[in-house]
Amino acid sequence: MPADFRASAQAPLADTQLRANFRRAMDGLISKRSAQFADPKEWKDLRSLGAAVRARSLLRLPQLLEALEAKLTANGIQVHWAETVEQGNAIIEGILARRGVTLAVKGKSMVSEEMHLNHALEQKGVEVIEADLGEYIIQLDHETPSHIIMPAIHKNTQQIARLFSQKIKDAEYTEDVAALTDLARRVLRRKFEDAGAGISGVNVAVAETGTLVLVENEGNGRMCTTVPPVHIAIMGLEKVVERLEEVPPILSLLTRSATGQPITTYVNMISGPRRPGEKDGPEEVHVVILDNGRSRIFADPQLRATLRCIRCGACMNHCPVYVRVGGHAYPGVYPGPIGKILTPQMAGLEVNGDLPHASTLCNACVEVCPVEIPIADLLVRLRREGGHNTHSTVKGVNSHHSAAETWIWRGWRLVYQTPMLYRLTSFFLSRFGWLVPASAPGLKTWTAVRSKPRFAARTLHDLVRDEKVPHE
Amino acid sequence: MAHPRPTPRPQAVYFFGTCLIDLFYPGAGLAGIKLLQSQGIEVIFPPDQSCCGQPAYSAGHSEEAAAVARAQIALFAKDIPIVVPSGSCAGMMKKHYPELFHGTPMQAEVEDFSARVYELTQFLVDVLDLRLDDLGAPAKVAYHPSCHAMREMGVGDQPKSLIRQLAQVELVNIPRERECCGFGGTFAVRHAEVSAAMVGDKIDAIGQTQADVVISSDCGCLMNIGGALEAAQRPTRPLHIAEFLWERINAR
Amino acid sequence: MSDARNAILGRLRAAGDIAKSALPAEDFTVVASRGWSPEAKLTRLRAAMEAVHTEFLDARSGDWVAMLRDWLVQEALPSLIYAPNTPLGAHLAAGWPGEPPLIPYDKAMNDWKPELFATQGAGITATRGGIAETGSLILWTDADQPRTLSLVPPVHIAVLDVNQLHDTMWQAMQDQGWAAELPTNLLLVSGPSKTADIEQTLAYGVHGPKRLLVVLV
Repeated sequence: MPADFRASAQAPLADTQLRANFRRAMDGLISKRSAQFADPKEWKDLRSLGAAVRARSLLRLPQLLEALEAKLTANGIQVHWAETVEQGNAIIEGILARRGVTLAVKGKSMVSEEMHLNHALEQKGVEVIEADLGEYIIQLDHETPSHIIMPAIHKNTQQIARLFSQKIKDAEYTEDVAALTDLARRVLRRKFEDAGAGISGVNVAVAETGTLVLVENEGNGRMCTTVPPVHIAIMGLEKVVERLEEVPPILSLLTRSATGQPITTYVNMISGPRRPGEKDGPEEVHVVILDNGRSRIFADPQLRATLRCIRCGACMNHCPVYVRVGGHAYPGVYPGPIGKILTPQMAGLEVNGDLPHASTLCNACVEVCPVEIPIADLLVRLRREGGHNTHSTVKGVNSHHSAAETWIWRGWRLVYQTPMLYRLTSFFLSRFGWLVPASAPGLKTWTAVRSKPRFAARTLHDLVRDEKVPHE
Repeated sequence: MAHPRPTPRPQAVYFFGTCLIDLFYPGAGLAGIKLLQSQGIEVIFPPDQSCCGQPAYSAGHSEEAAAVARAQIALFAKDIPIVVPSGSCAGMMKKHYPELFHGTPMQAEVEDFSARVYELTQFLVDVLDLRLDDLGAPAKVAYHPSCHAMREMGVGDQPKSLIRQLAQVELVNIPRERECCGFGGTFAVRHAEVSAAMVGDKIDAIGQTQADVVISSDCGCLMNIGGALEAAQRPTRPLHIAEFLWERINAR
Repeated sequence: MSDARNAILGRLRAAGDIAKSALPAEDFTVVASRGWSPEAKLTRLRAAMEAVHTEFLDARSGDWVAMLRDWLVQEALPSLIYAPNTPLGAHLAAGWPGEPPLIPYDKAMNDWKPELFATQGAGITATRGGIAETGSLILWTDADQPRTLSLVPPVHIAVLDVNQLHDTMWQAMQDQGWAAELPTNLLLVSGPSKTADIEQTLAYGVHGPKRLLVVLV
């Protein structure tokens, strides 16, 4: 069934508390990021480098994935490939079943959200505990992330305090953030100690060294990848870079764009399971490389830029639509501008073809994207794909074709490319345009909160004729 | 995208009036022309011009946009600057025309055309170094930067620098001034409620400044913000920057 | 699963344009050396780390072991877990006065997991230097210096040689030749564990150490 963004935006738009929560959070993130990139030259140079790193990686993607696989394997890391989320889930279920795992701890991973991994594993009798504090909060409330970096950003302290006091055994109600954090620490420490497997995402995978790079602030990523006997990392196939030296610019852009931090508290560079003689670390490390529509996105040279994304969330932090509706109004797991280009390409325009239209094309996202994804251009491209039979590789091409719309635009074209017709049209509009009732289709929506636009009695064409402005 | 060539002060420029100005805000267009003429520039207004094509382009109808664009390009053949009193239309002509015609026989011609496009305030400040003598009564004004002027045309401080020249005018900043007003063409209708929330917040932010006038260099924003101000019976008056400047230096 | 592998790689290779496209150039100048003096590097590292609640013990002028011991007593920390087979561990143990007790991390984690997780003391590790720009410590884990030593105890103490500071992460990587040889786990630590997941309010010690003390030597 096609998702309807307009419909799902209604409830959050009317929720003043929710809108205040998002506004406060986004204002904070915007100012922190801007303080990080105070030097325009540094920003420009770093961003060019980041865009070049990502663009190069994509241009060599098949070779780099093969090189990555070879190096990871040589390092003792087991590599798995999944075309679909079902395949990905089955791989992970298989590993856990073989090891007899009934409790797994998981670090933040948007790819695992894409896979609905928790649900799949729970079906198989594996308890999965979200270990990132934000993810833990929303797991307690049976919600999905409303932001890719700050999953619980839609909740305020009081809401979290209530949730903890209701859902955590023996927890007393407190609005003290340090106390709430401590409460989560106590609960989750036991889980880290007892878990049979840790699951994590991957921020960057390095082909040259066979290294999985993971950034985080809390230490839950370290716990998940160090303490349990099995570590399973999940990555979208686009995450690979060729060389280790390409990691610093990507991390710098990522953490500064995301939360305005020069670096996260921890940067994990994992290049293998526990070696003989080592006292800790997982006995097995697995990597699941997920496609889930990415190779189709890859096929189109323009839309391929979608896969440059490093998941910093700056586009949503700066999005005037996102700040008003929050992450839950968006279908799919990626909200905001990146979701508007990624979700319709993954799920197909037949399902999410309305999403690319849910933008004013204000370019605020384009301005801050650390890897120069031309989001607005891609939105326009997807709008076009939805309504035209372009024979492109986009899923659901032409699924939103409307004969009426096609004829309207053909009529528009005829008027605006034919000077005589345009003069005639503007003549009538300037004389009789006021007759169009405010309740006319389209205009009615406009006038719900705005006055009716007033046609001038004389057009600029008329005025310049009066003023004898030369024609050539 | 070609860079604007360093422009010595030209004798003549083209003026592209834009369809919104033609039908709804002709006074803004005329004021733009007069500002240019007041600097001794000959302004040429090709009468067959209509629209830059952006509405069709943004809606995903690039063939229709290209057809209308082609009709405009043919009208501006001389090697002189093309001045546009709208950041959004200028952005379409400067940034998106070359993309529309990339790889076609018209590519070189279009790139030359696009390189000559200026947003009005950019031209007034960067090329003409316009000096203004304020004859108006004391006023408090706020400036709303349009998204496309900022992010497609790279318009920065030019409009504000013009306003700041006016001795009797106090320029105040709108809180979160860089945030979109919610117009976005068909967005205002297709996603009417989000658009309404955006423009509602925008007029509240403008209200906080207690400005008498809110100025923009884009008529799409003006129609949206002005319409919302009027419907909500707010006292702030919306005005295009060209019209505002022309009023001030002529004491109207 | 090699079917999936071949199908995915096949689809990626089918994009005909990628082989023909020129690779964009990369200019690493912006992440390379900043030309900072040793003093400037230390000042930057300290400022960046202190901004996120890292504590410093400047022991450059004296016997760092004795100074650290005084600090532990002052902070009423009950024990110190250390890696006995490292040069740092050996030096520490040789001069240790006895209290608070030193606990050697000399067996596999699984052999004393409950005890390790229950500790209220500190864990001490060496570092392979630091990164001035971001205020980060480089931790190289191996058979003698386990990963959990800097993770599980509520206080992490890291010993940093001030002569081992690099300007940037990229520079550290080049200077130390990481690409040629990486441990199973290379870690950059830039402060104690923290979170801002509750209404953007910073809280420290969510999963990892609540406190990080850097001993400058």
